[in-house]
Amino acid sequence: MATVAAQQPREPRWRSAAGQLGMMAAVFVALYALWEGFKWVGERTGLQIGAFVVDDKTFPHIHVIVGQLFEPSRRNGPLLIDVLWDAALFTAKEAAVGFALGASIGFVLGVGLAHSRLAQRSLLPYIVASQTIPILAIAPMVVVWMGGRGFPDWFSVSVIAAYLTFFPVTINTLRGLTSVDPRSLELMRSYAASPLQILWKLRLPASLPYLFAAFKISATACVVGAIIGELPASVQDGLGGAILNFNQYYSTTPENLWATNLVAAALGIVFFLVIVIVERIVVRRAPEHVA
Amino acid sequence: MNERASVVELRKVSKEFGRGHVRALEDIDLEVRPGEFISLIGPSGCGKSTLLRIVGDLIQPSGGEVVVNGKTARQARIDRDYGIVFQDAVLFDWRTVEKNIALPLETLRWDRTKRSERVQELVDLVELKGFEKHHPWQLSGGMQQRVSIARALSFRPPLLLMDEPFGALDEMTRERLNLELLRIWQQSGSTVVFVTHSIAEAVFLSTHVVVMSPRPGRIVGTVDVDLAQPRGFETREEPRFAELVREVRRLLRTGGGFEVEEPEDEERFIVAEEGL
Amino acid sequence: MSTTVVEPIPRGTLGARVGRSLWDWFPAVVVFVAGIALWEGLVRGLDVQNFLLPPPSDIARTLWTERDTLWGAAWFTFQEAVGGWVLGCSAGILAAMLFARWPPLAAALLPFAIAANAVPIIAFAPITNNWFGALNQTSKMVIAAVLCFFPVLINTIRGLTSVRPQQIELMRSYAAGQLTVFRRVRFPNALPFIFTGLKVATVLAMIGAIVGDYFGGSQDALGIQIRRQAGVFAFTEAWAAIVAASILGILFYVAVAAVERLTMGWLPSTGGPAE
Repeated sequence: MATVAAQQPREPRWRSAAGQLGMMAAVFVALYALWEGFKWVGERTGLQIGAFVVDDKTFPHIHVIVGQLFEPSRRNGPLLIDVLWDAALFTAKEAAVGFALGASIGFVLGVGLAHSRLAQRSLLPYIVASQTIPILAIAPMVVVWMGGRGFPDWFSVSVIAAYLTFFPVTINTLRGLTSVDPRSLELMRSYAASPLQILWKLRLPASLPYLFAAFKISATACVVGAIIGELPASVQDGLGGAILNFNQYYSTTPENLWATNLVAAALGIVFFLVIVIVERIVVRRAPEHVA
Repeated sequence: MNERASVVELRKVSKEFGRGHVRALEDIDLEVRPGEFISLIGPSGCGKSTLLRIVGDLIQPSGGEVVVNGKTARQARIDRDYGIVFQDAVLFDWRTVEKNIALPLETLRWDRTKRSERVQELVDLVELKGFEKHHPWQLSGGMQQRVSIARALSFRPPLLLMDEPFGALDEMTRERLNLELLRIWQQSGSTVVFVTHSIAEAVFLSTHVVVMSPRPGRIVGTVDVDLAQPRGFETREEPRFAELVREVRRLLRTGGGFEVEEPEDEERFIVAEEGL
Repeated sequence: MSTTVVEPIPRGTLGARVGRSLWDWFPAVVVFVAGIALWEGLVRGLDVQNFLLPPPSDIARTLWTERDTLWGAAWFTFQEAVGGWVLGCSAGILAAMLFARWPPLAAALLPFAIAANAVPIIAFAPITNNWFGALNQTSKMVIAAVLCFFPVLINTIRGLTSVRPQQIELMRSYAAGQLTVFRRVRFPNALPFIFTGLKVATVLAMIGAIVGDYFGGSQDALGIQIRRQAGVFAFTEAWAAIVAASILGILFYVAVAAVERLTMGWLPSTGGPAE
């Protein structure tokens, strides 16, 4: 045959995976060195920025922070890591429910907006403005309001998480659905395809990369929403509660707060990675087209 | 001549863009009979792509009458009386080759076994065996265009509309696909309306070449191509081929077809909505 | 869809263009007025408990009567947000330029920046409070800065490294040096990306400042105001504070968007790349 498949020779999977792992190790070592180096220099030189001085309280050794996870959280109590594990699971539940709620609402809104320019012009400014309202500010109202209707407090937190989640999904759904190649639409029109068929077979698959880009932002946002939402909701069982609690004892055991934040960071990254993995499975298309 | 009704019949068709500011087409009369291979040729801006889209009911004419397969263009579209091939393959890159070919059949709600049988036939027809599970980005431009031809033929439409389908391909691939298209056309017995701006391609493929002139788009004349069928690589070397090419060129010149090129009228007036 | 066939529009008189954009905003204004009226009507008609959802007229009145405390607090918090935004965005852009000097390094580090962006950074607000003192504006600026840093870093790296190779080759053919290539190609190419990051960062900076206050802060700060008012069920005052915060947040965003428009007049649309 005169024409040959223009398939790119791809790097073997294991090599790029090994490279990634090596890079990861290098980044961790670099961060560790930066941290401990800064601490060492700061302590030697008595560095001071405003009220900030480098000492064991503001900059605990990393091994102390990690070690703290395996100490009892309080006298004769369970290990800190057990406490934080439970708290992380609790917050994860709130965040996951919030994500599901927010992503669904955001998607439906996006589809609605994509089909009506009038709706776009009348509602879009407020959807954008909604995100400038500090969620923390509305959180107490949400908790009181939902609590009054018999919802558990953790669900109020989920609603707050959903508030942060829906926005990127709406915007990117709208963007994805309207970014379809006009010739593809002409093609579907030549098949006399119904609006529903066009949505399912063209608009939706074409907007998947946009959707997943939004899901990645939202995965982080829902964890943030859950942690922040716990503060005014006075939910004690999650990571937000733990942060508020350990914050009060920072002067004696700063490592507890640091360790809690470490777990919170891990939770955020786990949520993000779950979306990345799902995307790898679901979106199969030209590598350069993946947004 | 042919007893059967014509596949495409255009009477006094005109098209204006921008409330009469640009007359893209004027007074177009055209008849395409079953089994014919008609090429529309003309310089950029003569409205040949616009005309094709009017036949396909993808845009509406400003005036005149369009009859496709004895019905209105709209009814013909709804009855899937034509398949269309664009300059770019317009494949859905999340679908494999076979799923791209099956797309129109899905909109027609064919069942799965019928669908896969038909897809197999088509994969054989366009010689893409072994590439069924590939994604479009893994194929060369020529192979992508073959997928799009197979897709257009999938539901056996009596009419095939092709809008500069080989315009983006290199010369060698183009000549190969020209031959394949002739073979497919003869095997399927369908009628083809083919837009091109290559004179040689038009003469080589067609039974009739319709020459158009720009501003406003008009039909200048028609050249009947009496080259023997089946045609092959050697057809281009025949003296008659050169004569026909000269004749088309002469018609183009009388129609003002060799003026400085300008962008297609549609493109000039496409304004991004956000830009306003 | 995204394109329509229309007649060529003469650039038009100013009046016509203003009229057009007024018409574009008309539905939004209608929704605003209708929404406020509906809110007012529902709250009054259904007699909703005032502490949950006060009518907009009450909120507006409070915004006026409490203007000294409210706007003072809002201004205090706004300073924290802007300070953090400037700090974080400059750090983000500088770091990105540094990394993009070696594109393979930037490409290798990008996934880690993205992962770091997935960390709920706001949870570190108590730590900056402990570092710089809770009553100090610096502690909020720092957390706001860290929040702004990553999106700006990621977007700038993307912008600086997503240049079409032909453009670089063209510059090479002019024997242009690294600096010229940066000034003439990479930086202009990155601008839309950078502005996308800067706009996202305005919202984050406001959140950082307010939430930072929530973990302990000066009595002058908006976050503390909201918390205290909500704590004593003075929801009209809390809502008024929220409205004040939102107005400042919107102004902040609009200001950056306006600068974007001025800077990038050459772009057909100010949509920018995906966020």
